[in-house]
Amino acid sequence: MTDTTEKAAVQAPAGPVGAAPEPAPAPRTARLWRGATPWLFLLGPLALLIVFTYAPIANMVAYSFTDWDGVSPELHYTGAENYAELFTRSDLFEVFWVSGYYLAASVFQIVAALYFATILSFNVRFRNFFKGVLFFPYLVNGVAIGFVFLYFFQDGGTLDSVLGLFGVETDRAWLGTPESANTSLAAVSVWRYLGLNFVLFLGAIQSIPGELYEAAELDGANRWHQFRHIIAPGIKPVLSLTVILSISGSLSVFEIPYIMTGGATGTETFVIQTVKLAFQFNKTGLASAAAVVLLLIVLAVTWVQRRLVPDDKVDLA
Amino acid sequence: MTRSAVARTLVYLSLIAATVVVLLPLAAVVLTSLKSEKEMADDSGALALPDDLLNFGNYATAFEDGRMLSAFANTAIILVFAIGGTVLIGSMTAYAIDRFTFRFKKLVVALFLVAALVPGVTTQVATFQIVNSFGMFDSLWAPIVLYMGTDIVSIYIFLQFVRSIPTSLDEAARLDGAHAFTIYRRIIFPLLKPAIATVVIVKGITTYNDFYIPFLYMPSEDLGVISTSLFRFKGPFGAHWETISAGAVLVILPTLIVFLLLQRFIYNGFMRGATR
Repeated sequence: MTDTTEKAAVQAPAGPVGAAPEPAPAPRTARLWRGATPWLFLLGPLALLIVFTYAPIANMVAYSFTDWDGVSPELHYTGAENYAELFTRSDLFEVFWVSGYYLAASVFQIVAALYFATILSFNVRFRNFFKGVLFFPYLVNGVAIGFVFLYFFQDGGTLDSVLGLFGVETDRAWLGTPESANTSLAAVSVWRYLGLNFVLFLGAIQSIPGELYEAAELDGANRWHQFRHIIAPGIKPVLSLTVILSISGSLSVFEIPYIMTGGATGTETFVIQTVKLAFQFNKTGLASAAAVVLLLIVLAVTWVQRRLVPDDKVDLA
Repeated sequence: MTRSAVARTLVYLSLIAATVVVLLPLAAVVLTSLKSEKEMADDSGALALPDDLLNFGNYATAFEDGRMLSAFANTAIILVFAIGGTVLIGSMTAYAIDRFTFRFKKLVVALFLVAALVPGVTTQVATFQIVNSFGMFDSLWAPIVLYMGTDIVSIYIFLQFVRSIPTSLDEAARLDGAHAFTIYRRIIFPLLKPAIATVVIVKGITTYNDFYIPFLYMPSEDLGVISTSLFRFKGPFGAHWETISAGAVLVILPTLIVFLLLQRFIYNGFMRGATR
């Protein structure tokens, strides 16, 4: 009984609260105050939102049509010149190919996270230990990770020593050529972010009611059938969120390559290039155009994802 | 029977392999941090045990010469202000949006929604100019304000919790003559404790680990935070891997301790934070 009334109260729009019947007609000032109340709460948050999110976006679009250097008081309107430069100068556009390494790595990352989340959601010995080990890297400081792996990939460093234990004598500079450097960096990114995907999947799998597995087992379903018909549909929303986070993440990689190689040997990513254009070469206009392009791509990806996978909850019952 | 035994073995093997992959690079750095300069020069390999397992000299060097004390202090100041501000702003926004009907409400909600889609790294070029024009560049205020102002995720977390608090509580208080602000402070805010814990943990860890914002906005050395101070090790300590390793361990250790103490809350926090 109380349950239903409470639900009704929660579901009812907040309207009746503001318009609650008063014992006597409220004086005008009181009514004015009531209208202003939500705005008093929203004043700070909205100011911050507009000043630090929307104003920059608007400015950025404006800068992208100028040749501004970020310092001088004068801005020259140059039309779409920056965009033309961005799309025609191959060296500026090349950085997008680097994202391919990270995109490929995220496919591996999602599959591995899904595998570990599935096996660890069933009874496994030392389950909490394995959970902790897999998730912990996500919490580690990015600069520390950068240094840990710089040391790991060093000539004759940890990786070479370990391979030596197995009799594989490699004396190679892992960060020396563009291909192996980008592969190595993408591997670091898998090491770092697998835990987040893993925990999200784990949470989604655990929210699936246990009776479903029991019922399936009675029907003679094996583990793979359970995964295919119970787990996979149950975690669809989280899976699609992960895919979109991976795509926008792969496009905006910055920390790991910046800390480890500084963008040398062909590891420069889109964001590293933008930061360099803006803050080292004072090409604010061109950097803004680059940022606008990246922003549009990310928004487009999000939009496509929302279209393909509507936000509604998957009903298992 | 045998088939399932094989499957179980393979499952454990894969788990052990993953454990090795995660722990090996970290273990190598811990070992290196305990080696002396001379041992490093002898080049016994990254996985060789140090001669003296209690050689903490590198930690002292890293802590003092790397200015880690002021880095921890700066980080602590930023954490307190940024987290406090995020909790206040997030809960107030959630309360206003969920409990009131007002004109332009849909627009306000849409503004917060759309902002959640904009990746922060893309807009920094222009944000930089704005922060600079407020005179906040190269001060602790730049990261504080930026962390507070752009945290949409915490607003969502609070919104979910405010929705689950029955409005009948508000109404009862209102009948007793309480104002909106009193209701927020005396009823809503205390009931948001689990959400606040979530936001404090998620925000705390991401703020502690953030590199991009302090790196861009606080170039002077006195204003180093954990990330940027550690990053500066690259210069003076160059090839002194024993000192760099000690610095990295110093930075990772607090995270490890917090993680071990609050494991369950941290998992839940990140699940809520990411799925909204």
